[in-house]
Amino acid sequence: MDAIGLTFVDWLIILIYFGFVLGIGFYLKKYTRNDEDFFLAGRKNSSWVAGLAFLSANLGALELLGMTGNTFKYGMYVAHFYWIGAIPAMIFLAIYMMPFYYSSRIKSVPGYLKLRFDEKTRVLNAIAFAIMTVLVSGINLYAMALVLHTFLGWNWDVSMWVSAATVAVYVTLSGLMSAIFTEIIQFFLIWFGLFLVTVLGIIEIGSLNEIFSRVPEAFSKLWSTSANPQDNGMLVTWGGIVLGLGFVLSFGYWTTDFLVVQRAFSARDMRSARMTPIIASFFKMALPFIVIIGGLIALVLSKDATSGFALLTDGDRVNYDSALPMLIARYYPTGLVGLGVTALLAGFMAGQAGNISAFNTVWTYDIYQSVIKKNASSSHLLWMGRVATIGGILISIVTAYWAKSMPTIMDYMQAIFSWVNAPLFATMLLGMFVRWITPNGAFWGLLAGMGSSFTLFLAVKFGWIERSLITLSDVSSDMAANFWRAWWAWLICFVVTIVVSLFTSKKPEKELVGLVKGLTEETLEKPVPLLRKPEFWAVISTVIFVILNIYFW
Amino acid sequence: MSTETKSMKSIWYFVGLMLLSIGGLIFLAGIYLLLSGTEMSTVLANLHPNIWWGGIMIIVGVIFLLTNKYVNQK
Repeated sequence: MDAIGLTFVDWLIILIYFGFVLGIGFYLKKYTRNDEDFFLAGRKNSSWVAGLAFLSANLGALELLGMTGNTFKYGMYVAHFYWIGAIPAMIFLAIYMMPFYYSSRIKSVPGYLKLRFDEKTRVLNAIAFAIMTVLVSGINLYAMALVLHTFLGWNWDVSMWVSAATVAVYVTLSGLMSAIFTEIIQFFLIWFGLFLVTVLGIIEIGSLNEIFSRVPEAFSKLWSTSANPQDNGMLVTWGGIVLGLGFVLSFGYWTTDFLVVQRAFSARDMRSARMTPIIASFFKMALPFIVIIGGLIALVLSKDATSGFALLTDGDRVNYDSALPMLIARYYPTGLVGLGVTALLAGFMAGQAGNISAFNTVWTYDIYQSVIKKNASSSHLLWMGRVATIGGILISIVTAYWAKSMPTIMDYMQAIFSWVNAPLFATMLLGMFVRWITPNGAFWGLLAGMGSSFTLFLAVKFGWIERSLITLSDVSSDMAANFWRAWWAWLICFVVTIVVSLFTSKKPEKELVGLVKGLTEETLEKPVPLLRKPEFWAVISTVIFVILNIYFW
Repeated sequence: MSTETKSMKSIWYFVGLMLLSIGGLIFLAGIYLLLSGTEMSTVLANLHPNIWWGGIMIIVGVIFLLTNKYVNQK
């Protein structure tokens, strides 16, 4: 891989960014006085701050390099991750689930499991989440190091340690508060730093229509080629997309993953908490204008021999994740290169800081305080949160070395999500909406769902069973297998939870008030004008989502 | 929260500061390249994207700064 030279101005921009995020960490430290400040940013954020942070926490390697690279590989189908794979779940979280989360004043998602079910279900989920989070954090770290290595020619190990140390410093100093502050800054840097790539790509090729006309038809449609897996780039049917991605993976991630939900918990009131995912949904729908169009621009240019554009290769293997960095190198002159590199770094740091701030919260409240030191004081929890941050970063570094050997980032991420989030969504859905689900039903259902997903992953990987048994098709990709594995894990958890609940004892209904639909007061908010109602903006978001799917059908 | 938190600057102020400082650098770099006649090897360099994109960042940054200069996050 060739390093791209940076000028003094580019270096200065990168240094300004690092100075800003570290400076914010130090600035906010004096306002971080107790555990609630550190883990929940004092519960005082507006819906806009929480909403942009909600989205930015998800803007890691997955969103930028991985998605642009996957668009190059799979085509327009990757847009499903932004639309059906996100928007319905975000709206569902805002309208139906947030009232239970927020009104119970829990500090984490496993905390809800403790109230609704019991301690063992909480600890099981907390351990699984903690493991998943540091694994994902490691992926982000790997992607950060890749960018630094690709653009600056830095040593892989040094760049990874420098990036990790920066995140460690500002999260250790002021926890979620600094993570959210820097996530908002990162949100603007990503848009200003990467949107211009798409603009210049469209100008060079001619128009958006010209881009779509120069990619294979299977790469430019969302649904019309989904009946037969051989007709689309991702080798998946509409059933896999709807059940696996649109339902299980999407709802599992956006409604139960504490990494994103934690941002909504930091909102100052119920209305702001419910508006958090709705505001994020509008920007989520817009992100394909950077990553999907960027990936298609890279594809068009690489097929044009006169363009001189090519992805990086590592031996015989094409590095799909280099699509976005190579476009930046193509279009951005002095100054803008620094901005582009900073935007990528910002994206990775947002994802990593988000994972680490979620990890330190779950570790401290749901494992350490729950199992090890039940009577810990606020100042002791604050100290433990800081220790957990450093520990989480160190584990992430180990994970990053493992991630380096995986062919693409995205496939690996989905494999992890289907282990943990998919069955958890079944547990949460049943827990919030069915009052007779029992603590033992939830625990054994969750264990069965997680175990089956992990077993299926190993069974396919080591050839114990044919992949077609999972995907219900002779033709499929790794991505399709991930979608279907998530669906089976969800279904197994759902069925086992119900069956075990039929034969085990329920919690008294008086202990479930505020946690389960039907036992909870429905009028939780004061009357507000139409334009301030979450339901109104949820409808607007849904309408835009439907229009986009029809337009790109 | 303690009374000290009342003086905490709004996040939007920091956003403005960041956009203004980075946008300003990009804009000035673009102006320098234009005036010095330096040959640029990037595609579409003739459009001078650093000048107009840096300018847009400055404008947005100034708006954020001015509208949040005296706003504190409670």
